[in-house]
Amino acid sequence: MTTTTPGQEFETQDLMINMGPQHPATHGVFRMVLQVDGEIVRDLIPHIGYMHRGAEKLAETMDFRQGIGYMDRTEYLAQFNAELSYVMAVEKLAGLEVPERAQWIRMILCELNRLSSHFMFTGAFGTDIGVFGTAFVYSFRERETILDLFEEITGDRLMYAYFRPGGLAWEVTDNFERRVGEVLKSARQGIKDMDGLLTENEIFRARTQNIGIISAADAIDWGCTGPVLRASGVPLDLRKTEPYLRYAEVDFDVPVGQVGDTYDRWLVRIEEMRQSVRIIEQCMAKLQPGPIMPERMPRMLRTPPGEVYLRTEAPRGEFGVYMVSKGGNRPHRLKVRSSCFANLQALKDMAIGSYVADAVAILGSLDIVLCEVDR
Amino acid sequence: MKGLLRSMGVTLSAFMRKPVTREFPETHRELPERDRAFPLLLWDFEQTEPFCTGCHACERACPVECMTVLMKDNPNHKSAGGDSTRRKIIDKFWIDYGRCMRCNICVEVCNFDAIAMNNTWSGHEMSVYDRADLVQDLPQLLSESRGGELKAWRAP
Ligand code: SF4
Ligand code: SF4
Repeated sequence: MTTTTPGQEFETQDLMINMGPQHPATHGVFRMVLQVDGEIVRDLIPHIGYMHRGAEKLAETMDFRQGIGYMDRTEYLAQFNAELSYVMAVEKLAGLEVPERAQWIRMILCELNRLSSHFMFTGAFGTDIGVFGTAFVYSFRERETILDLFEEITGDRLMYAYFRPGGLAWEVTDNFERRVGEVLKSARQGIKDMDGLLTENEIFRARTQNIGIISAADAIDWGCTGPVLRASGVPLDLRKTEPYLRYAEVDFDVPVGQVGDTYDRWLVRIEEMRQSVRIIEQCMAKLQPGPIMPERMPRMLRTPPGEVYLRTEAPRGEFGVYMVSKGGNRPHRLKVRSSCFANLQALKDMAIGSYVADAVAILGSLDIVLCEVDR
Repeated sequence: MKGLLRSMGVTLSAFMRKPVTREFPETHRELPERDRAFPLLLWDFEQTEPFCTGCHACERACPVECMTVLMKDNPNHKSAGGDSTRRKIIDKFWIDYGRCMRCNICVEVCNFDAIAMNNTWSGHEMSVYDRADLVQDLPQLLSESRGGELKAWRAP
């Protein structure tokens, strides 16, 4: 038996441990190298790029319609939002006027997509925290009903390729209104379930409260957007601050957090889901029959030379598309401003000083999509 | 403690609900008519030949260049003594399903309504041991429509 005399110092060494790229807690292929002192994270070095496919460069070789498919694959949990930024950038370049009905349908689909994306978050975050399976399968039950609706409208469960510069590819189904009603009903139930399952759960709160705090100033400095920024108390929501589509005509609140911890990021997302349901209900009331494409669209869309940056509020924050056109039917340069990439930069700040297990919770609360980070 | 009990209440209520899952390989969900699996060529039953004239429009529009189209003079055309109205017709057609990203563009650009997305389960359950087997040739692309199983959906 060894005894230690009080005051005697042991020389300890920090340990470097590797997490990922194939790790169940890293949400895709993300690798972080942690320098740990016992259980405490002293330093964190993120490694990204495992998923880099050059999607932006590829989309530069494609005409404006072909590029839409690549936007789906860039942000595979909020495909409609990604498509929206892209087609709206093209519309702005080409000066296209989108019919009103197409705008409302776009809004409904984007908000439904926000719901499905946040359901993915609630499920995956639950798993990160240690609620193995339960939260995940409950979330996925509701998410699947939304994907069923998307499949009925667009024909695909994930890669929709449904928005087109100018409007929509085709009309929604005849029973659209009834189906949206059904989906909203199940989504409301799902939100209630997730809220009841975790929000007040003492174990969940112990694991998330006061973990991974980031102040509003730091979050702004790192370029965080979306729920991560709002959880720190900054009410920046592009749907409110610079409304696109018809967001100025609907009524909704922008939830903000107070502390900026992991728990706040959870609360903000849960509340955002409720607001999305509210937005969709208002959109459905305002949906009128009408055209979904402008009259006289050219077979091959060409834009005048120009340069645009267009950003929209995707579920994970600002999804921006920067596009340079030199005239012709394809972008000369395309750059995607990824919300996850900026949010991920704040990870180091949040995780240093926390436990290793909490680093997983913090990463989960950022809700990253690695395909979007690496593009 | 209250929060924990509430969580358990949710699990209990979920326990009472009807299951939403299905025993997949045995039972299949009904697919919506707009379902997009992979593109297939359509068969013209009136003139007993494919609709496709081999015009290359789809080949040029495909973002991933997974199609190969070869055209020929239609031996069955009126000028050659047949009864078809198509002067040109498809000779050989390959689509590499391994590369196709199911974007629907080929269907949209076709002027002859000759191609459609497969909306049956046969388009989804396609596993092969060799990737080369995913390259489909003309008879394979036509068989579904020729056999009458395919009810192609057209955008309204
Ligand atoms: S499928 Fe249509 S677009 Fe393609 S080669 Fe045949 S006729 Fe032309
Ligand atoms: S669906 Fe798209 S990727 Fe597939 S063959 Fe048609 S155009 Fe090419």
